[in-house]
Amino acid sequence: MADQATFADAAMPLMGSLYSAALRMTRNPADAEDLVQETYLKAYRGYGGFEEGTNLKAWLYRILTNTYINIYRAKKRRPDETDLDEVEDLYLYRRLGGLEAAQISRSAEDELMDWFTEDEVKEAVEDLPEQFRLAVLLADVEGFSYKEIAEILEIPIGTVMSRLHRGRSRLQKSLYDFARSRGLADEDTDPDAPPRRQTQKAR
Amino acid sequence: MDDCHDALHELYQYIDGELTEGRRADITSHLNACGECFEAFDFQAELRQVVAHKCRDEVPEALKARVAHLIEGEA
Repeated sequence: MADQATFADAAMPLMGSLYSAALRMTRNPADAEDLVQETYLKAYRGYGGFEEGTNLKAWLYRILTNTYINIYRAKKRRPDETDLDEVEDLYLYRRLGGLEAAQISRSAEDELMDWFTEDEVKEAVEDLPEQFRLAVLLADVEGFSYKEIAEILEIPIGTVMSRLHRGRSRLQKSLYDFARSRGLADEDTDPDAPPRRQTQKAR
Repeated sequence: MDDCHDALHELYQYIDGELTEGRRADITSHLNACGECFEAFDFQAELRQVVAHKCRDEVPEALKARVAHLIEGEA
């Protein structure tokens, strides 16, 4: 049993994470604020049921996710797997990995981190169908374990893994499209075309 | 090569820290021996960091204040 008097000290510092996640979920600042506010109120009221010493962040995310689902979906649909086109593994790497290697030799500071703007990465995440978006957010942004994600989303671990896998592949495809639209990559980085980098490295 | 195939199959579990120690050690030793897999893993791990790093937003001060106020009101 957690004491409500300790709630603010424990939970308020986590608001940045929750707000960022809420923005990716709702894709709209006003809704994200409402969602966070609702989450904190519910959490405060239910704090007596939080078992101290367990993961408060995961507990809050579970409330956030459930609140989001309840508010933004009239009813909690069964996890009907939204169709996502199959995207090959290593989609981005196969297209940009070679480019990265080629550029690094020219400019050591030119790193993957600098290739995409914040807005592009956010948009790529927000474009994912909901169930994949939630899995990617919880794993990549928040660093939750598969087990924690399974508990937060109330789905089996195998489903977590498959949603993550497919969500990440799709995310890479969106990022590649951004790269292409900016001329960072072009047709000849497509692996279906002859590769621009042959791995003939002396190692 | 089978080792590459096996390693790539578990790429996400590896970068997510979800493998058993033994399996993790197997893949690490493969990565130390195989430049191509090492690069692919390195790229994916870096991409995960890019996503984590670029999806952060500042909480509006007004929201913090409003939530703090609401909680005080509940107490």
